Amino acid sequence: MESIFFLVVAAVAVLSSILVVTCKNPINSALSLVMTFFCLATFYVMLDAPFMAAIQVIVYAGAIMVLIIFVIMLLNVKAETGKRGTHAVLAGSVLGLFVLFLTCWFLIKGSLTGVPGTITKAQIVAEGHTELIGKAMFTEFLLPFEITSILLLAAIVGAVILAKKKI
Amino acid sequence: MFDLVWLIPLCPLIGSVINGLLGKKIKNETIIGGIAAGSVFASFMVACGILFQLLSLPAEQRVFEKTIFTWIQSGNFKADIGFLIDPLSAIMLMVVTGIGFLIHLYSIGYMHGEEGFYRYFCYLNLFTFSMLCLVAGNNLLLMFIGWEGVGLCSYLLIGYYFHKKSAGDAGKKAFVMNRVGDFGFLLGLFTLFWYLGGTHNVWTVNFRELAANADLIPAGALVTAVCLFFFIGATGKSAQIPLYTWLPDAMEGPTPVSALIHAATMVTAGVYMIARMNFLYIKSPTALLVIACVGAATALFAATIGTAQNDIKRVLAYSTVSQLGYMFLAMGVGAFGAGVFHLMTHAFFKACLFLGSGSVIHGMHHALHHEHSDADPQDMRNMGGLKSKMPITFITFLLATIAIAGIPGFAGFFSKDEILWQAFANPHHHQANILLWAAGAVAAGLTAFYMFRLVFMTFFGKTRLSDKAFHHLHESPWVITVPLVVLAFLSVVGGYIGVPAVIGHTFGNFPNYFELWLDPVFAYSKHYVEASGAHGVHNVALEWGLMGVSVLIACGGIGLAAALYLINPGFPEKFVAAFPVLHRAVYNKWYVDEIYDFMIVNPCKSLGQFLWRGFDVVVVDGMVNGVAATVRGFSGLFRHVQTGFVHNYAFTMVAGVVLIVGVYLFR
Amino acid sequence: MLALHNYLIVSAILFAIGTIGVLTRRNAIVMFMCVEMMLNAVNLTFIAFSRYLGNIDGQVFVFFVMTVAAAEAAVGLALMIAFYKNRESIDVEDINIMKL
Repeated sequence: MESIFFLVVAAVAVLSSILVVTCKNPINSALSLVMTFFCLATFYVMLDAPFMAAIQVIVYAGAIMVLIIFVIMLLNVKAETGKRGTHAVLAGSVLGLFVLFLTCWFLIKGSLTGVPGTITKAQIVAEGHTELIGKAMFTEFLLPFEITSILLLAAIVGAVILAKKKI
Repeated sequence: MFDLVWLIPLCPLIGSVINGLLGKKIKNETIIGGIAAGSVFASFMVACGILFQLLSLPAEQRVFEKTIFTWIQSGNFKADIGFLIDPLSAIMLMVVTGIGFLIHLYSIGYMHGEEGFYRYFCYLNLFTFSMLCLVAGNNLLLMFIGWEGVGLCSYLLIGYYFHKKSAGDAGKKAFVMNRVGDFGFLLGLFTLFWYLGGTHNVWTVNFRELAANADLIPAGALVTAVCLFFFIGATGKSAQIPLYTWLPDAMEGPTPVSALIHAATMVTAGVYMIARMNFLYIKSPTALLVIACVGAATALFAATIGTAQNDIKRVLAYSTVSQLGYMFLAMGVGAFGAGVFHLMTHAFFKACLFLGSGSVIHGMHHALHHEHSDADPQDMRNMGGLKSKMPITFITFLLATIAIAGIPGFAGFFSKDEILWQAFANPHHHQANILLWAAGAVAAGLTAFYMFRLVFMTFFGKTRLSDKAFHHLHESPWVITVPLVVLAFLSVVGGYIGVPAVIGHTFGNFPNYFELWLDPVFAYSKHYVEASGAHGVHNVALEWGLMGVSVLIACGGIGLAAALYLINPGFPEKFVAAFPVLHRAVYNKWYVDEIYDFMIVNPCKSLGQFLWRGFDVVVVDGMVNGVAATVRGFSGLFRHVQTGFVHNYAFTMVAGVVLIVGVYLFR
Repeated sequence: MLALHNYLIVSAILFAIGTIGVLTRRNAIVMFMCVEMMLNAVNLTFIAFSRYLGNIDGQVFVFFVMTVAAAEAAVGLALMIAFYKNRESIDVEDINIMKL
């Protein structure tokens, strides 16, 4: 049962990602990408990470994609016209397929060498996923957390300055 | 007074430094000249003091060595800066400082008004310092420093009038030929040091230590090689065949320079060196024969060239080369004392002759200047009848000429005659002796001939100057004539301290004081010769007879000169017309310079050109430029990577990642 | 519970498609969207591993990746707006004045 569900969601994800790459109209690409994000959120739920799924939808699908669609509409980006250079398409496709080949080879030939930890599904259900993430983030990963906040501040300032009409 | 020996080289050095650094600011000629001449005078006073102190000591104790400081100490090798006082160095010090002082004084008058006045005196003092290091040094290295220093100062002073191309060329020629000789000196020094140290573990270059260890050196090929190497250095410095051609060209320098360097001091360095190393030379009959032959040949050869020259200084230059040949002849027959004696008397009369010629040139220049003529003031064909206008110059010049011609009673007679007798009677070269004597005698006759030719052409007869120019001739100022008088006086009486024993015994048991004085220095050689059992000729009658022969030859030369230039002035042209080829050959110095050019100088120049064009430009520059061109080529290739297209960059990045991951995956 | 490699294969496919998109598309905003897709594929890998190894660190890392992606989106899009003002086009083939 689960595997059929997984297969369906995976097929939708792959299909919409192909649409992202191939659509001429950028709005179509953006909406396909939103679809992909939703599929990924589903995967996160299947992997016992509901909090991450929620964050995925809120941040990626909700904020980033909205921003992108705003910009597309602001700049009034038309559908792509004109002939594309086939050399670039061919070379890019070949390389991308090569990347796929490599990663699959890794998967087949490699073995899982990581040391298993203690967080089991039972614990996630018992303690709550959000609480677990919070515990890890605010103790072990406190410094990256603080740095990330400064990063966001810099991004805000940068975005405002770059897009202004007059400085 | 012995302890103050270091003052002797130091005073001229200080004078040189002061004049060199501050001379341009001190505009006053008197001060500059005073500093220079005064410093040499101070050295002269100290040298006199040392001489008197030596005289007061008994003969065996007349040696004193003072070490100033240790210069090099490296393993077995130790060389210090120190000075050796013994009878030989005392004589050399007196000659160098005494004549040096007189010439400094003379130069103040001669170089009056010159633009580089201070530069001249700086170099002249530096030369004096180097020469004093050479003669007073207590080891071969310090002597070599002085040796090189006098070569350098000779170059600087010959090229004093550097605006003239000929002067610069002459300076370079002198320096290069000196360097060729110096190479021989160094080879001899190295061989001697290496032999003594390697075979007998005596590591030294100090003269007294070398002399003390002289018995360790066996007679044979090695000592001959060492002696010949040192002699090559002497041929370069003292202008013998084959390295003599620089000396006539060196007359481009100011006349006092010719007097000091190329008559009295630098060119005698080779003779002094052989005298100093006599304990080596006496062991090698081959080397002595070579030296004697070269000396005799040079004496004869240079004398022949001197007979046809027209420039007054050239005649004197070839005369110097010829007289140096005599000194080497003396050294080559083992008569070291006679050679040094001739060195001293030659210094007196040759310096007097050069300074006198300088006075003549000075006067001629002045006279021709008034007439606005650009005739050569040094050409004897423009002179004549000067004796009425420049009496002091004439008399001193005549006295010095009589001395050099070897007329009895004057200094040159005693020294030259002693050499000729020793050439004939020495115990070393039995079959060759008579040839050596004959060459020396013929050269003496030629010397008398061309020196009196010079006197007659310059001072006697009807003047070849125009009346206006002749009217403006006058005697030189006192700074010029006083040194002339002093030197002429010495040319007359200076010989009496070395009267040969045979004459001295006739007039009342007088020994040869000069030879007695130098006995301690040459004692080793004397014992060596006696021990080897060789016998010279000891025939008093023969000695008087040969003396008479040489006087006759000298008078014959004077007579011939008088006949040709005084009584029958037209005859020389007829003689030249009768033998044009011979005259041309002699006048052009037997084409030796041209032969050297063809055999040595031009091949060197071609090699230099080839190395420049073929090697330096093609290979070295090619490599350097090639590196730059390669870098440029590569960068030209690489810059195509920056296309500006984002896709290209992204492609490269992904490709790079794939490559690295692939390598890890498939390794 | 599904095997790990299922999720990893999906992630690999998404990553490869994102790479093709970056190397192929000319529109700057679409290129950016493909980059976001690549980041998401990696996020999926992280969370899959975190689940199968019983370690929460993977998920914390994903958290940070999302934050950085958000900041990057803001700045990148502002940059594109600024560029559009100059050239009236966001075709990356027109952005080539930095060539030698």
